[in-house]
Amino acid sequence: MAAIEILGLEKTYMVGFWRKRPKRALQPLHLTVEEGEIFGFLGPNGAGKTTTLKMLMGLVFPTSGTARILGHEWTDPEIKAQIGFLPEQPYFYDYLTAHELLDYYGQLSGVPAKDRKRRVEEVLQRVGLTDIKGVQLRKFSKGMLQRAGIAQAILHNPKLVFFDEPMSGLDPLGRREVRDLMEQLKQEGKTVFFSTHILSDAEALCDRVAIIHQGELRGVGAVEDLTSTVQGKVEVVWQGTQIPASMKALGAECHVTGDTVRAVLPENQQDAAIDALRRERIRLIAITPLRTSLEAYFVEKLQKSPTTGKTVGTAV
Amino acid sequence: MSPRIVHIAANTFREAVRDRVLYNLIAFALLLSGAAIFVGQISIDIERLVVINLGLTAVSLFGVVIAIFIGIGLVSKEIEKRTLYTVLSRPVRRWEFIVGKFFGLAGTLVVNTFFMAIGVFGALLYVAHKFSKPDALILVALYFIVLEFLIICSLALLFSSFSSPLLSAVFAFSLFVIGSFADDLRGFASLAHGMTRWLATAAAYLVPNFSALNVISAVAHQQPLTSQLILNNTLYALFYTTVALSGAVLIFERRNLK
Amino acid sequence: MMNARKRTTVIAATCLAISMAASVLLLRHIDEIRPKATIEDALYINSPQMVKRASVGFNGLMACIYWTRTVQYFGHRHFDRAHTYNELAPLLEITTTLDPNLIPAYEFGASFLAPKPPGGAGEPARAIHLMEYGIEHNPDNWRLYYDLGFVYYTELKDYRNAAEVFERGSKVPNAHPFMKIMAAQMATHAGDFTTARMLWTATYESSRESNIRQNAVEHLRALRVDEDVTNLQALVTEFGEHTGRLPAGMWELVVAEQLRGTPVDPDGNQYQLSADGQVLVQNPDDFPFITRGTPPGYIPAPPKFHTKS
Repeated sequence: MAAIEILGLEKTYMVGFWRKRPKRALQPLHLTVEEGEIFGFLGPNGAGKTTTLKMLMGLVFPTSGTARILGHEWTDPEIKAQIGFLPEQPYFYDYLTAHELLDYYGQLSGVPAKDRKRRVEEVLQRVGLTDIKGVQLRKFSKGMLQRAGIAQAILHNPKLVFFDEPMSGLDPLGRREVRDLMEQLKQEGKTVFFSTHILSDAEALCDRVAIIHQGELRGVGAVEDLTSTVQGKVEVVWQGTQIPASMKALGAECHVTGDTVRAVLPENQQDAAIDALRRERIRLIAITPLRTSLEAYFVEKLQKSPTTGKTVGTAV
Repeated sequence: MSPRIVHIAANTFREAVRDRVLYNLIAFALLLSGAAIFVGQISIDIERLVVINLGLTAVSLFGVVIAIFIGIGLVSKEIEKRTLYTVLSRPVRRWEFIVGKFFGLAGTLVVNTFFMAIGVFGALLYVAHKFSKPDALILVALYFIVLEFLIICSLALLFSSFSSPLLSAVFAFSLFVIGSFADDLRGFASLAHGMTRWLATAAAYLVPNFSALNVISAVAHQQPLTSQLILNNTLYALFYTTVALSGAVLIFERRNLK
Repeated sequence: MMNARKRTTVIAATCLAISMAASVLLLRHIDEIRPKATIEDALYINSPQMVKRASVGFNGLMACIYWTRTVQYFGHRHFDRAHTYNELAPLLEITTTLDPNLIPAYEFGASFLAPKPPGGAGEPARAIHLMEYGIEHNPDNWRLYYDLGFVYYTELKDYRNAAEVFERGSKVPNAHPFMKIMAAQMATHAGDFTTARMLWTATYESSRESNIRQNAVEHLRALRVDEDVTNLQALVTEFGEHTGRLPAGMWELVVAEQLRGTPVDPDGNQYQLSADGQVLVQNPDDFPFITRGTPPGYIPAPPKFHTKS
């Protein structure tokens, strides 16, 4: 069963003070997320990621379209007991302590009273919030709040978790912890849907990604597939700051960094490049075949001109 | 009654308490004690009158101020601060949220009034040295004041569901003032003609009728109150509160959260 | 299937509609059963000065509110044929303390404070006090002198003071010319029907308050009756002097004195002659303020207004 089926969700806002003009935040979106996968929802800021998430959560009402979550209508309140949501830069009732907050949320999610206390402790341990008993949330740092946010999203053991920019505000150690957590969630059989604009995270974690820009879906596919196409290019690195003329003649793109030069050339020029360097007595440091990075795919998709109407998300 | 409503109500109550709202009781206690002592000293034979009038009026005014100031932020603050996101992503219905908030605020006011009532009776005992049977009517006056609070809370919540805190405060306070003069509004209406008369009468009936719920001077003068009045006022308050809450639910159900 | 949101909307909208209707109906019911002590509530603070202080500067608005309450109070009690208007004086005093320039309040006081119950509150002294207060604060308003003179004339029958007040009033700039005329009338023909008629006509024509106008109409009607009865009674006496006996009936008087038709009262009913020669009005209850033409032992009913003007 698909964990999430987005069937044409669309959002148009009317903006302006006197004469309202329509502004399309999201074009009709069609997307499917399978159970048990980590799905990345990528796009620059303002692309429509948060709008999509808010619609799925029922915080914002779509102009048209529907969705199904875990097989139910997305507006079904009961289904919310099985999903968790971490909003971007979460805010919580700052007069509560983390324990109280989680207990309250547990109540609202229907966690039975006898289990609640234990679960709260467990989940706080899991996100690494210790020694915070009796401390009001208003005293938490940004990183601590982020952890609390993750805690409340997984407290009630949901089958499907939505994270909106989960790494924001975390130091590198924290980010590593969150990445590990997401892996664990996948191991537990949960589905994770997370939106971000940080591609390296997506590349490391996701099974599949979708790319969205200016409210429009630009591409969907498995990360493996998207990055496996060898573009037929190699990267050559050599010592010094000199760029031989012959190199340029081969059509290399060169960048000088510090006291090394990196050049990207078509694969079939590889031998010619090595010869050129040897002739000039330049010391070769490395030759590496280039794989397409997600970033490249991302940038390429962003540069495509916007299409109108729906874009069906299939493999690239 | 869904358990979620109870939890939301309890949390709203907790928020109010941690917001130090109950400190108003200190101001109230000071006011009432001061008045009781002052009146006891000068002994002008209307001590009971002053204590009851002053005490009940203070209960009413303090309560209305609290109801408005907390009420106007109940929804708008949560939207503004985005604390609603993680609440509504749970199996909480939007209408449960509104109803829960209402009961939380109403509960806060009931607790507040309870303590104030003790203060009023205490002050009364101090100046009159004993209770007399008609003093039980004070309980009826307090009950009516609580009914007033229910109406104000529901109105503040209604405004909070679509308006900024400042505007909500203005609306709610205006309705309180006009509602207190509802009888006079009816009087104006009966003296007017044509369209004005129709509009004024409509306004007089739509505005919450606080003058009907204000029996403070009657109680101070130990005039009896019929059980029919008590029943009808109770029903009126319940229906009016339902009107405001239904309105709040209808508006909130439709709101796109930013 | 109707989704949850639509269902909530329908339920909430229904609740709203039903509750609104219910609360309006309940309010009407509550009005009926509430202690009519609402006005006495308003007068809990009986002292005008205290009300003024309590109004924290919103005197004007409070004056309007109290004025409305005064008119309502009087109207209700009048409608209910009450016999007392104990709150009228305090209400008017509070109103004028809050706003000494609220002229209609003084006019109202002149018409309804001074007369004896059930026509008024029966407090001519307070009425005089109110008028003098009004004159003090509005010395250029000739109407207030009129009101004061009115009270002296109609209730206290103090023609000397009435004349003096009308004279004072006539000296105010822009005073109505008839102030001078009234002053003269008072001085010489105080007890005449003509004078009284002039006064009441003036009141009727210059006031816009409906209670005052209706009151004036009733007094004019009563004057007419009083005048007719007086004249008829004189004719009866004349008849007796000519014939040495009483007329057998009104018809005989009509014939003997060569009257044009049987005399009728302002309602068109014939005057009657009793066995002992008294001229009587057919329906004395229709003329609240008459002083003549009533049968012996007659107790006047509370006044009712005949016309709506």
